[in-house]
Amino acid sequence: MIGRVDADAIAALAEPQRRAVYEYVARSGEAVSRNAVSDGLGIGRTLAAHHLDRLAEAGLVDVSFARVNGRSGPGAGRPSKLYRRAAAEHELSLPPRDYRTLATVFADAVEEAGVEPVLYEAARRQGERLKRDATGDEELLRGLGYEPYEDGAVWRLRNCPFDGVARTHAALVCGANLALLEGALGERVQIDPRPEGCCVTVRRYQK
Amino acid sequence: MTFHLAQLNVGRTVGPKEDPRMAGFYGDLDRINAIADGWPGFVWRLVDDGGADATSLRPFGGDLLVNLSVWESLETLRDFTFRSGHLDVLRRRREWFVPLGDVYAVNWWIPPGHIPTVEEAGERLDLLRRKGPSSDAFTFRDPFPAA
Repeated sequence: MIGRVDADAIAALAEPQRRAVYEYVARSGEAVSRNAVSDGLGIGRTLAAHHLDRLAEAGLVDVSFARVNGRSGPGAGRPSKLYRRAAAEHELSLPPRDYRTLATVFADAVEEAGVEPVLYEAARRQGERLKRDATGDEELLRGLGYEPYEDGAVWRLRNCPFDGVARTHAALVCGANLALLEGALGERVQIDPRPEGCCVTVRRYQK
Repeated sequence: MTFHLAQLNVGRTVGPKEDPRMAGFYGDLDRINAIADGWPGFVWRLVDDGGADATSLRPFGGDLLVNLSVWESLETLRDFTFRSGHLDVLRRRREWFVPLGDVYAVNWWIPPGHIPTVEEAGERLDLLRRKGPSSDAFTFRDPFPAA
């Protein structure tokens, strides 16, 4: 049976303009207002609001309220509605596939056997394969779902594509992730854990 | 009533402290411990008479090193473990620690102010090994909320 919640969420993205709104919110990395989306995409405010509320109904964005400029009390005006990409994962695979459960079992086995170095080496080789097929570094990162964004001399990676397994097996998954990216991008990759997102940063230029 | 979280982990190193293979671990220890001490939610950790760390202690005999510490919550410990400079040490642990072939880490809830003893910690690890995760002894993988 196809999950109704996931199917509804994905169906909400069928409309190209709404998909653009979702992508704008996702790459903003913080809560954004209707006006920001409207200005950013050059669409009307009512239309931006409509898409945002539809995305919220589908569970793809979370809504919060805040007063712009931090004003409060009488005269501060109504708080504005802010939107940020929801953390909930949606997956629709037809026929049904469930790689997460299998990955979790593999991770348990690697940890019990203590063969992390073997895992890292396999991940490195996989990274080398991915590099062979990639047209460019940024495209490779995007294609794998890391959502890179520029921060000075480095790309930070807004999204951890392996988050579901990283939550239960962080050391293993972050180690394999680092090795995979080293295989694909070489020495430019560094581990740099932060409160959110991927634990790796990538120098944008070769030394 | 709020609870604090106690954690114990044990490990057997690939060689003694003087072994060149252990240099990376011992060389980084003070830096990592300083990160822990300053991390939000850190309460206490076991240290030996030297006062810097617990690496000279062998409370469970043999050659088992121990880490015993207290945190304000599971989330703060999780953040330190996986979202600080400590992550890289964890990632590299097989360079310094042999696979133990048994459960090597346990968490349990304690009343705030309580300082766990190594005996108590050993009992919790033993409980986890015998009965699997429960509210009295659990893992990151299978956590239990404070009662």
